[in-house]
Amino acid sequence: MLPQTIAIALAFGVGAITLLLTGYNPLEAYVAMLVGAFGDTFGIGQTFAQATPIIFTALAFLFAYKCGLFNIGAEGQFLIGAFFAALVGISFSGLPSFIHIPLALGAGILGGAMWGFVPGVLKAKLGAHEVITTMMLSYVALYITGYMVNYPFKAPGWVAQTVVISPSAWLPQILPPTQLSLSIVVALLLVAATHYTLCRTTVGYEVRAIGLNPSAAESGGIGIKKGIILALVISGAMAGLGGAGEVLGVHRRFIEGFSPGYGWDGLAVALVGGLNPVGILLASVLFGALRSGGMTMSRTTHVPLDIASILQALVILFVAAPMLIKYLLKRGGVKKWSS
Amino acid sequence: MKGITKSFPGVLANDKIDFVVEKGEIHGLLGENGAGKTVLMSILYGLYKPDEGKILVNGKDVDIDSPRTAMKLGIGMVHQHFMVVPSLTVTENIILGREPTKNRILLDAKKAFNDVKEFCDRYKLEVDLKALIHALPVGVQQRVEILKALYRGADVLVLDEPTSVLTPQEVQELFRAISALKNQGKTVIFISHKLREVLAICDSVTVLRRGKVVGTVKANSTNLSELARMMVGREVIFKFDKEQPQTRKAVLKIENLQAVDDRGLPALKGIDFNVYACEILGVAGVEGNGQTELVETLAGIRKATAGKIILGEIDITEASPGKRIQMGTSIVPEDRQKRGLIMGFSVMENIILGRHDQPPFAKGLVRINIRETLNYAKNLIDSVAHRSNGTINVREVLSSARKLMESLILGSRDKTTIAKGFVRLDITQTSDYAGRLIDEFSIKTPDKDTLVQHLSGGTQQRVVLAREFSRNPKLIIASQPTRGLDIGATEYVRSKLVDMRNKGCAVLLISADLDEIWALSDRIAVIYEGRIVAVEDPEKTSETEIGLLMAGGKFG
Repeated sequence: MLPQTIAIALAFGVGAITLLLTGYNPLEAYVAMLVGAFGDTFGIGQTFAQATPIIFTALAFLFAYKCGLFNIGAEGQFLIGAFFAALVGISFSGLPSFIHIPLALGAGILGGAMWGFVPGVLKAKLGAHEVITTMMLSYVALYITGYMVNYPFKAPGWVAQTVVISPSAWLPQILPPTQLSLSIVVALLLVAATHYTLCRTTVGYEVRAIGLNPSAAESGGIGIKKGIILALVISGAMAGLGGAGEVLGVHRRFIEGFSPGYGWDGLAVALVGGLNPVGILLASVLFGALRSGGMTMSRTTHVPLDIASILQALVILFVAAPMLIKYLLKRGGVKKWSS
Repeated sequence: MKGITKSFPGVLANDKIDFVVEKGEIHGLLGENGAGKTVLMSILYGLYKPDEGKILVNGKDVDIDSPRTAMKLGIGMVHQHFMVVPSLTVTENIILGREPTKNRILLDAKKAFNDVKEFCDRYKLEVDLKALIHALPVGVQQRVEILKALYRGADVLVLDEPTSVLTPQEVQELFRAISALKNQGKTVIFISHKLREVLAICDSVTVLRRGKVVGTVKANSTNLSELARMMVGREVIFKFDKEQPQTRKAVLKIENLQAVDDRGLPALKGIDFNVYACEILGVAGVEGNGQTELVETLAGIRKATAGKIILGEIDITEASPGKRIQMGTSIVPEDRQKRGLIMGFSVMENIILGRHDQPPFAKGLVRINIRETLNYAKNLIDSVAHRSNGTINVREVLSSARKLMESLILGSRDKTTIAKGFVRLDITQTSDYAGRLIDEFSIKTPDKDTLVQHLSGGTQQRVVLAREFSRNPKLIIASQPTRGLDIGATEYVRSKLVDMRNKGCAVLLISADLDEIWALSDRIAVIYEGRIVAVEDPEKTSETEIGLLMAGGKFG
């Protein structure tokens, strides 16, 4: 975690210089941000509420990455999951919550899994690169859900959104009036489950083996194609579950454009989190804090909210750049003397 | 060279080394990988600066601070990895850096050609001077390297492991060239870890071990086992005891096996052979004659385009790699870092590869015993349906329901479990198993959780052997099993292969190293251009014959 910590420190350093150059007091801004993010229960609630969806999408990226796959389509899987959950949420009424909520979450998992299955099959059977297919499917998801909430499932009114889901499918809120819902508990369980699956199950073992060395995995009797499909299905399912959690716990309906790019944030957070579940949890909280703290900062000081976005971008830059350099160095092949 | 000491962080590569080479001799520098041979020669060639010690050339104290100085003093070196420009011609490569010029500007191509030609004739090194380097076989490229060094005025020529890339025939040619150089009054330092070669070509031999000189001996007053002992520090076994097999049962039968290479060209053109229990069948051949494809097809990672592979009595031509492993095939792949091991996995994780989804390592996290579950379900329905006095016995219903849930989620502990869910890796079992194999195969690792990428080549190979040999294989396919290993590790691998043979395994040994084939095989098959051209009894054949067959020559 050391490189990440240094990168974050550097990001805040450069952020401070930016603030100074634009005539703001960095200390004041950072203190406001910190207080906003962690200063009271409302701030903490908002921080974790903002972190929740990113935890899901980051874990989704991580799982596929461990199989050597770049699933950059978490955004689409997230949206489909959210939409499926909303459908189940509005389709039934009168079900007891302990049935309706799992059903809706399950629909979200199913939707995301479907959106992971397609690129998985395309990769395994035809060799189509998952970066292309997952990204393209993201747009398919964006426009399909957009169409659905603009026409067949549009609620009366001006906004492109579904009607409110049945209260029996509502995920209970934890710290009202913050947006924090039980979805954070699901996210935390998923962090643990991901860690367990990767380290302690045969599925995780095979996924990691394929990711590290497909040739040796194949020689060791591991089905590469099956593994690739499974990894993308699980990855998609995780993102889909995150989408479902947002719908059931925060918005209570599917609203067009409700995701400000949680899928993409997930990719960045997975990298900032050092590509391990616990790191992802910490990085998600950092990003959540930047968002919720940033809002408080722009309210209490005169520093614009954009500073939070700049900080976020700097963190990503400082984490990703060394990785890129390392990767390029490896490819360049440093000459060694052999003895 | 006197009292040369050179240390790198953590290693003392050369420790007070005295090394004397007489003018006009061929001097062997022998030692295992990492003994300090290359470092010592790199110091002589000015690539490294020694921490201590001095170098005397013709009795004069010299300071060699760069290869340029070394060349001025008449020292030339041919590296293990050639430093030629592939897109230039042979002549251009040889004159590189010392081009003869007209009027100091223009390249005098004619003079260059004639100069080089004269050199070739003088040292009897035949090369097509106008050929482009990349079109030439490795052996010829090496000759170009030697000519290059000579052209720059080398009197002392250092050859670093020159035979490691050559076929037996090319080795013979190289040896003739070295003898010719000696006759012209040149001095040659021959670095190697191959004992036979050193004995065959050198006048005297200096043996290094762990950065120290063990001794210098005359080649004609020593022998193989003495040199091996000096090199390794103990007795080394060259001949292995083999028990005679009681039965002659074919474990692997291959019939008319065909396959194509990565470019889609035929690589195996109809291979037939059997491997019997208690037998090592050695497949000799120059690399690139279909060995890689043969192993991959047998492993199930390359599709056979025709023919049959029969293991025991079962046709496995279409079976998956995993299935073949379960049926008793073990493979020691030629490229252990690519095919054999997952470098980013720990020793333990590598050791269970291939068995990771089998008990006792894999355990059901969700185990459903169907019969039991159905029983409980029936009980539940009965207890609901059965109304005593018209009322439902709530307690009975609840207890039936609880049992049903338990059987679904937790599963029973008996062995009739038929549906397994997410499978858990049993860490206690895998740790115990890994620990046992680390002891049994003397795997030099800090612990079972160390990543294999941090281990030495020999240790990595031990991890492969531990995994492959400890799952009771019927058939072992070992491809270049000792490539790149030092003599100690080589000996270990070979003795293990013989052990497995003696235990009743059928062993298919594929090796480009004739010595290895010779030392281990009960029968020798020769592969050439995708065909088995001969199967010989080692008692009734000679190295010359096998060598000829490998090169495509028909014998008799």
